[in-house]
Amino acid sequence: MSTDYKRIARDGFWDNNIVFAQALGLCPLLAVTGTATNGLGMGLASTTVMVASGLLIASLREFITPQVRIPVFVLIIAVLVTLVDMSMNAWVHDLHKVLGLFIPLIVTNCAILGRAESFASRNRVLPSLFDGLMMGIGFTFVLVLLGAAREILGSGTLFANAALLLGPWASFLESVLIPDYKGFLLIILPPGGFIVLGFLLAGKRLIDRIIAERAHNAAETLTGKPEAAT
Amino acid sequence: MSDATETPFREKVGYQALVLGLFSTLATILLVSGNLLTRDVIAERQREDLQESLQQVMPEQLYDNDLLAAPIELADADGRPLTIYRGTAGLHVSALAWEVIGRGYAGDIRLILGLDAKGRILGVRVLSHAETPGLGDKIEIARDNWILAFDGLSLGNPPVERWKVDKDGGQFDSFSGATITPRAVVAAIEGGLHFFNDHRETLLQPPQDKPQLDGGE
Repeated sequence: MSTDYKRIARDGFWDNNIVFAQALGLCPLLAVTGTATNGLGMGLASTTVMVASGLLIASLREFITPQVRIPVFVLIIAVLVTLVDMSMNAWVHDLHKVLGLFIPLIVTNCAILGRAESFASRNRVLPSLFDGLMMGIGFTFVLVLLGAAREILGSGTLFANAALLLGPWASFLESVLIPDYKGFLLIILPPGGFIVLGFLLAGKRLIDRIIAERAHNAAETLTGKPEAAT
Repeated sequence: MSDATETPFREKVGYQALVLGLFSTLATILLVSGNLLTRDVIAERQREDLQESLQQVMPEQLYDNDLLAAPIELADADGRPLTIYRGTAGLHVSALAWEVIGRGYAGDIRLILGLDAKGRILGVRVLSHAETPGLGDKIEIARDNWILAFDGLSLGNPPVERWKVDKDGGQFDSFSGATITPRAVVAAIEGGLHFFNDHRETLLQPPQDKPQLDGGE
């Protein structure tokens, strides 16, 4: 069986995006996306765990029987997250101070268990690793998008404290878009997260529809039906 | 692909138990070794963090000892144990710092309060809180200078009845939309000052005189 990496990439980033299509991982998503920087940090940490769990579960899948797979997956993911948490606390302590709160939250992200169950346990190591990476990137993309939208609407800034997360070089990202902005509290609070997420989901559907219509029109043009052209 | 290797053996309960047991053992080994590897480094990092937050509320020129070497333990008004870090200059206790806790809008606000030997505030900083972003988080030094308004104050300055936010008739600014947060901070600091007054003797006892107090870690 050949592996369609392009398909995996497309699925992870857009077609089967964890948030946009599967609506998973909403707990960490809504909890941390008050700012774009927090979203980015959470996304990167989640991606790491997804790649590692994809790798581990795919390489151990021959030993794990269907009857006990769920507890074993949960165990593997929990151990991974704990190890990531401990090593970050020890060796990248400053980053851990910023992200420390979110890392245990990764365990609550059912998307990781979902990918373990529906992909890594059925596929070879390399595709699973790649799937974890692409799903993680797709998740990070939504986190940053949602974080940025809420940050701009709620606080009038973008990528505040990025230097804390990425190092001093990232301070160019930090910007105040609306000076003297009084803030819009609702957007920062969890209900605002749901509202903005709703708009993002609607936007995704809209883009999908436009793409589908274009494809449809292109197909009709090819089969020679000029009246379909707009 | 796994169908080819599927045998009745894999279907047995014993195999399932074995797999679960094996993975649990592996997980335990991994976590224990992870903990052993990182424990000392994490403790060291946390020590540095503590040192750093102490330095923010206790100016370095005030003392010449290692603050973390011999903290004293006292119970506060509620019987909660407090660890008090003391800076000494020569034989005298010159600066003190400990953690005070305010009941904020969303859980505890942990503050570190630094006082000099006369009970004047050297500085206050927020260690951790879960207040509303954009409103309550102005208590952080990174976001606002509000917390600096306490520097130099003490229990008599301003008088006790003015140790409140302006909404309650006191002298401290309560930011609009989030009165609970500054109110909690003011109350926590005032509580810390009362604690100092109540235990002034013990707190200012030079370390050499009462070695039994020098417990701690």
